[in-house]
Amino acid sequence: MTAFSLINIVLLAILVATAVTITRLRALYEAAMLAALFSLVTACLFVLLDALDVAFTEAAVGVGISTVLILGVLALTRSREAVTQRRRRLPGVAAVLLVGGTLGYASLDLPAFGAADSPVHSHPLTEVYLHQSQEAVGIPNTVTSVLASYRGLDTLGELVVVFTAGLAVVSLLGPLRRRRPTRPERPRPIADFDLADYRVIRVVSGGLLPFVLLFALYVLFHGEYGPGGGFQAGVIFASGFVLYGLVFGLDRAQRVVPHAALWSLVTLGLLVYIGLGMATMLLGGSFLDYDVLAPGNPATGQHLGILVVETAIGITVASVMTTIFFSFAGRGVSR
Amino acid sequence: MSVIEVLSGVLLAAGALALVSGGVGLLRFPDFYTRTHAASVTDPAGAGLILIGLLLRVDAWDTAVRLLIILLFLTLTSPTATHILAHAARRDGVPMWQEGDRRR
Repeated sequence: MTAFSLINIVLLAILVATAVTITRLRALYEAAMLAALFSLVTACLFVLLDALDVAFTEAAVGVGISTVLILGVLALTRSREAVTQRRRRLPGVAAVLLVGGTLGYASLDLPAFGAADSPVHSHPLTEVYLHQSQEAVGIPNTVTSVLASYRGLDTLGELVVVFTAGLAVVSLLGPLRRRRPTRPERPRPIADFDLADYRVIRVVSGGLLPFVLLFALYVLFHGEYGPGGGFQAGVIFASGFVLYGLVFGLDRAQRVVPHAALWSLVTLGLLVYIGLGMATMLLGGSFLDYDVLAPGNPATGQHLGILVVETAIGITVASVMTTIFFSFAGRGVSR
Repeated sequence: MSVIEVLSGVLLAAGALALVSGGVGLLRFPDFYTRTHAASVTDPAGAGLILIGLLLRVDAWDTAVRLLIILLFLTLTSPTATHILAHAARRDGVPMWQEGDRRR
């Protein structure tokens, strides 16, 4: 047995153990932490498969921001799972068995692990993406050129999904607002979020915060050369901002970025993306055809287009994540 | 095998040992505070020694810079996390273990 398969088997075993433990736990805070562990192990498995961009996204979204959002939700509700009667669990068991069985049956049709003659490797499109993209787009990280250039319309769809999710959360929880001045001025502890009286964490997170934001910008603009891009950068930026809100209190965080600015940023990213597509159409190309941005020099045009698109993605993702956190955390405890 | 490679191997082994001892302590220690102590060994000692061991093996300077940044980040964040955990536990009144108590 090679070391590679040994590591894979160990990680998959940890994954299964974590999943089983999550289903057996009633304490939801612990379950949230284990869900983060699940994402971390998944990210390790993606690294072993050489899918660094996917691993990066899994680590940033699954371990970072979604854990914080789940904790924010738990602060609003009870943190213990209600007991379901044994009889009423049967439909759930049936659904799980049905879906699991279907997926297991479908996985029989997949090519063997690492098979060289699988469609992914033998299809002529692979050649286009892996080799011609180096000349046509001129970016070392093929994932970025596929994501932002070849499949730019799909990525626009993904961004619309993120936008819609943010919109749905805000329309369910009500618009972001400041505290009404009629309430007593006593500083209200915002659920469990008020860490501002811990001096150590205030100093350390205050010192680290600029570097977190700098790292987000690095991930954004380095996405053409290494793993990373707009989605990961947006999530890291939002994590830094959420950290600020957790440590220094929500009111101070909302003074840094007022609601109106956050709202405009949510739509700004999407508008820049669509606007770029419109601009390429006005310049005589098709929707999101970056070649026309720099006439006579398609590689420069592609470069420019991908940079604008990644920045647009980063803006919308970061502001949507921050908005979702603010709408949960701003509601205070209501049980 | 050069001196540097041997040194790096020793550091990696020491880091792995620190990680294992942290894991054993996490399972064996009697209460929250002692377990926090065991867990806090893993990051600066375990991961730190492994990172230094890897630093001796790098072949490009940009990899070394990245490893150094990770090391710096760990040395800053890990003690903070331990401190906050213990602080929060004390605020919530998690009892201390004393000689003769049962494991919690």
